[in-house]
Amino acid sequence: MSSHSHGVRRGRREYPYALFLLPGALAFLAVIVVPFLMNTGISLTHWQGVGSPKWAGLANYRDLLDDSAFWESFRHSLAMVVAMAVLPTVLGLVLAAALFDYIAKHVSTRTASVLRACFYLPQVLPIAVAGIVWSWILAPENGALNEALGAVGLGSLRHDWLGDPDFALYSVMAVMVWVQLGFPLVVFMAGLQRADPSLHEAAELDGASWWRRFWHVTLPQIRPEIYVVLLWCTIAALKVFGAVYVLTKGGPGGATNVPSYFSFQSFFEKTQVGYGSAVSTALTVIILALALVALRLQTRAEDQ
Amino acid sequence: MNAVKGQRAPARFPVLAALIVAAALMVLPFLVVALNAVKSPADYSANGPLSLPEGIHLDGLRDFWQRVDFGRKLFNSVLISGSVAVLAALLSVLNAYAIGIGRVRGRPWVLAFFVLANMLPQEALVYPVYYLSKQVGLYDTRLSVIIVFTVIQSAFGTYLLSSVLGAFPKEVIEAARIDGATKWQVLWRVVVPVSRPTIGVLLVFFFIWTWNEFLLPLVMLISNDNQTVSVALGVLQGQRLMDATMTNAAALLGVLPAFCFFLIFQRTLTRGIAMGAVK
Repeated sequence: MSSHSHGVRRGRREYPYALFLLPGALAFLAVIVVPFLMNTGISLTHWQGVGSPKWAGLANYRDLLDDSAFWESFRHSLAMVVAMAVLPTVLGLVLAAALFDYIAKHVSTRTASVLRACFYLPQVLPIAVAGIVWSWILAPENGALNEALGAVGLGSLRHDWLGDPDFALYSVMAVMVWVQLGFPLVVFMAGLQRADPSLHEAAELDGASWWRRFWHVTLPQIRPEIYVVLLWCTIAALKVFGAVYVLTKGGPGGATNVPSYFSFQSFFEKTQVGYGSAVSTALTVIILALALVALRLQTRAEDQ
Repeated sequence: MNAVKGQRAPARFPVLAALIVAAALMVLPFLVVALNAVKSPADYSANGPLSLPEGIHLDGLRDFWQRVDFGRKLFNSVLISGSVAVLAALLSVLNAYAIGIGRVRGRPWVLAFFVLANMLPQEALVYPVYYLSKQVGLYDTRLSVIIVFTVIQSAFGTYLLSSVLGAFPKEVIEAARIDGATKWQVLWRVVVPVSRPTIGVLLVFFFIWTWNEFLLPLVMLISNDNQTVSVALGVLQGQRLMDATMTNAAALLGVLPAFCFFLIFQRTLTRGIAMGAVK
């Protein structure tokens, strides 16, 4: 305590807390803010990546609206939202409830956590590696899936899963469900642990069926988790790049192209940098608008 | 209670069986890959992908390892992911200290900025980052990737840690300040030790996320000597030059590190996901 007066004296002329933000502010300025503003600026020009950009106003955006390849890639984004947000959330809810209510309570918690780990495993895998695994499994010649179909007498169902324009998008979607499923499952199981068990037990004693308890008791209690999972997964789905790069390169014939891969192609393959920037800016606007709506919904739900 | 349990007993086993089948389907691809990675090419072409290997044949793995200099890729991945984890955690701590404990003016806006920065698609940064790094001579260096991901990951860290530190007991800070500690000393002697569990979660997540990153490392690291595991495997796959056994060797070598992280960090991972979801 002898340093009491010393401390107060020193505290008076001490630097403000805002100083701790300085390194972060500079780093974010250099790596996020400046590149983002540059990207937006470039989207208003025609530029090949060399020489000086030529001012184009909104020409790139006008081209974008007329570009059927862009709209198609955007429709595929919606398919990715189904595969990476909607289906994993629904399946994750059912699996989490089954693991939590049945397995953890009536078999053993150890079994429940081993099963959960199996579902979560694809989540820690680099997407490039998941892509290698699946492009081999789905390969037309000698691929494990076609071989397995042949082995059980369903040879007529063999396909070139990733090479046939009618199937490629569904194949990529199936892979993304596999990749994504573990995330909602783990979040929902944590949410169920947080939820109050007495409500559930009361409903059970009242003779409510498992399904009714799930719908009326469990779901409302983990609503915050459902919001967060849907938001994060939807954003992840709109950003999906690595899986498309490794599995199909957007093909065949653009059948699996998505906006992020479309902008990558414009930047580095077609060197239409202005156009690529317009695509990525449009994607950013959509993601940020979605995030703001979701955050608004979430605060409203929390206020209730 | 016994009667209730008794009634439900028949339903328990179909549910368990269905879940075990579903879980087995999830891990089946890993098993098939592991089986085929240890087959000889002759074995593979004779018996196809579904048979058990005739013997453990490690030449495919060894060939692949040497051909892509896999040790080097592992080293690059560890170096980049490790540096990013530490630096991004450090940056998150500094930011969150000012926001969560310092309660700087305009706090909600600062926090909203970090949340939005976290959601920004990397496609909207990649070309300027590529162009600027060429201008300053950092293109195709591991340092450039470390810098970029330190910032990107710390956006999430700042957001999470700010809300944790927002609930930090004020009396503890004030007591230390009255004892004469500077803000810098309070940060390192009081706040950081108490927040160690959260910082641990951040370190693990930053490491794994950076390990798995693809787009920016793909654009920034073009020379073989600088590439990460993810980029090297993704590029090889994209070139469609690998035969089936080599593909499986590549896949197995890509899966193994992720599998190790998973086993080592499983607890931290599940704790962290729960923490991130409720904040």
